[in-house]
Amino acid sequence: MSSPAHPTGPVASAPAPGGDHLLEPPLPYRMAPRLARATKNIQLQQFVATATRLKDTKRIASFEATFGDRLGAVRDLAASIKQHTLDHLDHYLEQFIDNAQRAGATVHYAADAAEARDICLRIARDTNSTLCVKSKSMVTEEIRLLPALEAAGVKTVETDLGEFILQLDGDAPSHIVTPMIHKDRTAVARAFVRELGAPYTEDPAQLTGIAREHLRGLYRRADLGITGANFLVASTGSVVVCTNEGNAGFCISGTRTHIVVAGIEKLIPGPEHLAVLLKLLARSSTAQPLTVYTTLITGPRKQHDPDGPDQGGVHIILLDNGRTDLLRRGGPGGAREILRCIRCGACLNACPVFRKAGGGHAYGAVYSGPIGAILTPSLKGLHNYPDLPHASSLCGACGDACPVCIDIPAHLIRLRAEMTGLGLPRGMRARKAVIALWTFLLKHPRLYRLAAATQRTILRALADDGPGAPDPMADRRWLSALPGPAAAWTQHRDFPTPPAADFRSWWTAHERARHGGRDS
Amino acid sequence: MKVALLITCLTENFFPRAGVAAVKVLEHLGCEVHFPRDQTCCGQPMFNSGHHAHARDLAERTVRIFAPWEHVVTPSASCAAMVREHYPALLADDPALRAAAESLAHRTHEFASFLTRVLNFDPRAHGLRWDGAATYHPACHLRALAREGAPDATPALLRSIDGLRYTPLDRADQCCGFGGLFAVTYPDLSGAMARDKADAVRATGANALVCNDAGCAMNITGACRRAGRGEAPRTLSLAEILAEALGLMPGPRASVGDENGSEAPQP
Repeated sequence: MSSPAHPTGPVASAPAPGGDHLLEPPLPYRMAPRLARATKNIQLQQFVATATRLKDTKRIASFEATFGDRLGAVRDLAASIKQHTLDHLDHYLEQFIDNAQRAGATVHYAADAAEARDICLRIARDTNSTLCVKSKSMVTEEIRLLPALEAAGVKTVETDLGEFILQLDGDAPSHIVTPMIHKDRTAVARAFVRELGAPYTEDPAQLTGIAREHLRGLYRRADLGITGANFLVASTGSVVVCTNEGNAGFCISGTRTHIVVAGIEKLIPGPEHLAVLLKLLARSSTAQPLTVYTTLITGPRKQHDPDGPDQGGVHIILLDNGRTDLLRRGGPGGAREILRCIRCGACLNACPVFRKAGGGHAYGAVYSGPIGAILTPSLKGLHNYPDLPHASSLCGACGDACPVCIDIPAHLIRLRAEMTGLGLPRGMRARKAVIALWTFLLKHPRLYRLAAATQRTILRALADDGPGAPDPMADRRWLSALPGPAAAWTQHRDFPTPPAADFRSWWTAHERARHGGRDS
Repeated sequence: MKVALLITCLTENFFPRAGVAAVKVLEHLGCEVHFPRDQTCCGQPMFNSGHHAHARDLAERTVRIFAPWEHVVTPSASCAAMVREHYPALLADDPALRAAAESLAHRTHEFASFLTRVLNFDPRAHGLRWDGAATYHPACHLRALAREGAPDATPALLRSIDGLRYTPLDRADQCCGFGGLFAVTYPDLSGAMARDKADAVRATGANALVCNDAGCAMNITGACRRAGRGEAPRTLSLAEILAEALGLMPGPRASVGDENGSEAPQP
């Protein structure tokens, strides 16, 4: 913080309630209304598709260029580091707490979001903090920290450019890494005019300049800095924060007090493991070799440090909030492996459903996309998010993209299976009955063949289109409107009927011709 | 070599010609093909929707039905993946069944993979000819099979056919949006994905779309047809292309052979 006499400008106004509603909707959350809006909004889909496709393509190229055939081995190594730490988390937690305290940090444990918020508010009160600068952190979104601070009279400003804009506009992040993936430049320009009194411009460089001017002043005046953590290093007690804007560094340079909020799954054993995971994190997120800034924080300012929080001014809040429940479910394929996630966002960028859903808001929670579809129901209850595990075609792009080898499709299926044992929401109950009947037919080949023949007859009779081909095996007709629940298919596609001829009749004739009628 | 055809429910009911073609090509290459008549469905829809007790029952009967055969070949990528990836775990409660499931998993092959990896099929030795422009949608489940070390053999086979002008799909590995019950549970998402795929197919200008999975094939052709107001490329499996290219089935080949009129040398 070197520039003197910096113009400060007005402090960003309090967030509108929109953001809260987007990430913390009434429960149980059903996806349909937001999906209906998103799938009609072609422009939104294009924003999200362009950004995610670009990142996905660059990620693949960067992995290929850096790791070549060793990519599989590097991912396995990263997965095993995270898994090992989770399997022995009690040990590493103790080690981290000891080392962080030895370095001069105060470590707190928060069982849930409310406890974590209370700890933050108490620290803010005890330090008489009135202005807080905050770097981007999904876990602070998870505990809804910002509105709590504002309500307690601590003016809090998001300093990540994307989050800053979202805060100005009363909006909420729609992507773990690139939070304003859903936003268009004109909305940003309007928000800057409205909230900052800036001249209207859509030029990204100018917009960034305006935000920068505004934020620099705030960094100097703030007394409290809040960050998340990308990693917690057990053997050194260090907190690692990765940013591309250097804002986390600013948040803790001029402020007297620094609060780190981190999920307990952020632990890794030592610096050698950090080296592996950093190699993967930035490449997975943004195809960079490293984020522009990788800040390692070990306790408060030392004697010779020019800046940094005061002695006693570093607080690390380790958040549970449902994580130990997941930890208890270890073993192969167990829910514990979801906690390996390093929040790189690669699965979101790879996911075709995420694109069509117009980004993260359709998922109704802080963590969105494929990882959100398994993490959110796991942390907040399947009954609260019954749709998320079903909103996937199981194409597997997410699992292939994951740098720590979380088998996301397998977890989606596991959650679907768990849900069949719960009281199902309407719509899913009917499906359960249909599947039971369907299975019954499939277990009785004669009935199955009869049903198949009946289906062929009915579908061909209903067909409204399509001339028959001379080959009875290719004589297919088409339906443009199916009845009942099957109408969902024909909303967007025609439905093919079975051809006139069936396989088994052909096989019977074929067998007779070849083997004198012997059936297999 | 004795081979049992696991035709799978969607292929049997909606794309029987793919089953016929698979039989013809396999027989042409010297296999003794069998069709166990009690087969119905591998249980994939039940498994993917989380109804694992039902999926387990269907896996058990499939394992029993296909126990006698040295090799099991299926024209459906996703059903091959179902058997190979999920059967052993589904039947883990019974050690004997689990062992039988593991055995079936090893013996079950997706059609293209069986040709290249088990039969060592060399397209150049067969005088393949198929006149037309084709493109290819790789079913997502081929990803899973590729991870096991069985990379998708279809594009190379298509390129090796004389007369076939192969244009790869733009973003070929993007899911077509089928996803089983996903297609009717989230029709807007699924339909939007299918439209993208239909656009990509149309952009190739191909008059044939090759797809080795009946679910994807129903979805993509349906979307092509809707987008093109009735016009859609012919959708067919690799088995059908090969059967036509070998002259075993009528198709766009300069001289179309009859049932037994192949001019290709026997292996």
